[in-house]
Amino acid sequence: MSGGTFLGMPPFPEAAAAAVRDTRLRGNLRHATGTIRAKRAQAVAELPDWARLRAAGAAIKDRTLRHLDHYLERLEEAVTAAGGTVHWAADAAEANRIVTELVRATGESEVVKVKSMATQEIGLNAALEAAGIRAYETDLAELIVQLGDDLPSHILVPAIHRNRGEIRDIFRSEMGSWGRPAPDGLSDEPAELAEAARLHLREKFLRARVGISGANFMVAETGTLVVVESEGNGRMCLTLPETLISVVGIEKVVPTWRDLEVFLQLLPRSSTAERMNPYTSMWTGAADAEGADGPRDFHLVLLDNGRTDALADTVGRQALRCIRCSACLNVCPVYERAGGHAYGSAYPGPIGAILTPQLRGTASGLDASLPYASSLCGACYEVCPVAIDIPQVLVHLRERVVEGGEATVRGRRTTVRPARGHAAERAAMRAARWVFEHPAALRAGQRLASRTRRLHPRRLPGPGRAWTASRELPEVPAESFRDWWRRERGDDGGGREARGEREARGERGGDR
Amino acid sequence: MRVALFVTCVTDTLYPGTGRAALAVLERLGVEVDFPLTQSCCGQPQFNTGYRRETEPLVRRFAEVFRGYDHVVTPSGSCAAMVRENHPRIAARAFGGGAAGTAAEAAGVASRTYELSEFLVDVLGVTDVGAYYPHTVTYHPTCHGLRTLGLGDRPRRLLENVRGLELVELPGAQECCGFGGTFAVKNAAVSAAMGSDKARGIESTGAQAVCAVDNSCLMHIGGILARRGSAVRPVHLAEILASTDAGTVVDGTAAEGTPANGTEEEAR
Repeated sequence: MSGGTFLGMPPFPEAAAAAVRDTRLRGNLRHATGTIRAKRAQAVAELPDWARLRAAGAAIKDRTLRHLDHYLERLEEAVTAAGGTVHWAADAAEANRIVTELVRATGESEVVKVKSMATQEIGLNAALEAAGIRAYETDLAELIVQLGDDLPSHILVPAIHRNRGEIRDIFRSEMGSWGRPAPDGLSDEPAELAEAARLHLREKFLRARVGISGANFMVAETGTLVVVESEGNGRMCLTLPETLISVVGIEKVVPTWRDLEVFLQLLPRSSTAERMNPYTSMWTGAADAEGADGPRDFHLVLLDNGRTDALADTVGRQALRCIRCSACLNVCPVYERAGGHAYGSAYPGPIGAILTPQLRGTASGLDASLPYASSLCGACYEVCPVAIDIPQVLVHLRERVVEGGEATVRGRRTTVRPARGHAAERAAMRAARWVFEHPAALRAGQRLASRTRRLHPRRLPGPGRAWTASRELPEVPAESFRDWWRRERGDDGGGREARGEREARGERGGDR
Repeated sequence: MRVALFVTCVTDTLYPGTGRAALAVLERLGVEVDFPLTQSCCGQPQFNTGYRRETEPLVRRFAEVFRGYDHVVTPSGSCAAMVRENHPRIAARAFGGGAAGTAAEAAGVASRTYELSEFLVDVLGVTDVGAYYPHTVTYHPTCHGLRTLGLGDRPRRLLENVRGLELVELPGAQECCGFGGTFAVKNAAVSAAMGSDKARGIESTGAQAVCAVDNSCLMHIGGILARRGSAVRPVHLAEILASTDAGTVVDGTAAEGTPANGTEEEAR
């Protein structure tokens, strides 16, 4: 089975350090992200109104999120009116239970799956497996991950950490135990690999009676679901089986059909750097008449799983605009070197670093480390098609980690305690703040550092070792700038400094 | 025009030559510059690590120290970005509204705070500052200058007008060097990997010096270059702009081992 689990993973820095040492992984990622990065830039540059499209995308999402309850109820009405059944799942366990029961009710023990982030998020395949139901991934990259008993490492290309040779080896050794084996003499040519997957999957499409999908968008006014894809496997899974179960996060709703105009431009260019993706499947409810295309039985499972908690956070809620394009992963210098697995979640990269700690909380060592998995370079914000200010949310979540504070957890307003392991850092930050509030102390510290500069070690102990392990320390100068100014410009006779000091003291009366 | 230099804690303590160079460039252009000694730190290290409340008194101090000036100039893209982008938000949340309060004052001072190249190009309208720097230089646009302030080609335009300077393209210039403040120690492995890739890119240009508008990033890049035994020297934009054919304005800093400035003879 694709039995991998992100549970029990170490904090980001540890996993990332291991990934950095894996030269093959770094090579695979540098090549793959570098290629898509350049193509995206080109595809986006073609549209003169990109900035306005981006603003429109953000505005539509924000407005919908502000009235989410209203649009979800409209969606439920529309889906029900079109012959579908809507289920509400508060968390992963409930969603998995609903899906498992729905599959059991069909009497089937196999399902085919469209690539879906929501079902990765809730660990649906493992839950089905535990109930004796086999879920077949049909997206090529998901297939590679599943056959390799591996974990996805990218939102769009879950097997981005694998190269052609590795994929050929996985197909040769694993396909046979899942169904049709790989052809003899399979090479690592992309066309041959794709053909092997096509033959392997075809028999699954034709046999399956239950399909499971997610959705990129749900239109409230019509009850229409939309899946955007490149390979056609999605179209097969959405049209051939008799029963279709779609598990979709509640933030995927858009008010009107017309809103798709904006997102169907933003998504493919940001995601695959295509003007238009090859397959856009849309369906509304269930096929009612004999001979009509599509499933006779349609179930929509609306998934919360931490989303309303995120929605209650006025800074963090912008993460719910995300349309899962993965542009932020492809430009992220940290993702490129750490790889997707280090993020310990179905959502890797910059978006994962702000989404996972909001969906799962910051209680575990891994989840508390995710907001720090960034140099705050801002490349993610720059490319985000719905203008999520990821650096702003990262800093906001860092505050929650080190200071604690108010947050909504499972629908309840809660005071979150600071994460453990930050006591020394907190003390250092307070001390630094005190020094910076007392320029005389700052000056004394600078002078001490200058006088002892010949004695400074070249390698630091403790946390400083993380600096000197790979970098030289700067030499401390003989004199700070402020001392030079006082000496050269002779301004310490009660002039500017004393004046400024008096002012600063006078105004600080109300300070904590 | 009352102009104050906000030198930043990193430059004050570790790279005073950059502060003197910024002062020299501004004074050469006829600007009278004040250095209020009560200044300290913009609070960026605390804020970006999650200690917003530790930042609040520093935001207030910044506003108080600099409120009497028409312009505040700083030789740091990331400190200017911290002040412009975050000080108003932090102050509004901490000190509340009101047109005359600390929050309004912080927002006002923030709007008058400029990174050096911005001030030269946008406020003074100068791209040729009369500098002479006979070296091959590559330019690394640091992230907050590039993406938060939107410095665009301002630093490049200033460098292109420096006599004797040959500007060479840095491959992957817009990619982060991996410093990121406390990121450099919290995620040391990834930071070092990013820094090494940046250093390799710099070395591939054949440049003698790598120039940026942030000493903190240059401290990281320079530390990695030095550990690699590289001959490329990190140098702040201000130090290049301060150099003239009369020699370096900032005597002795090259001999102290801080970023190279001045003529070839002095630097070697």
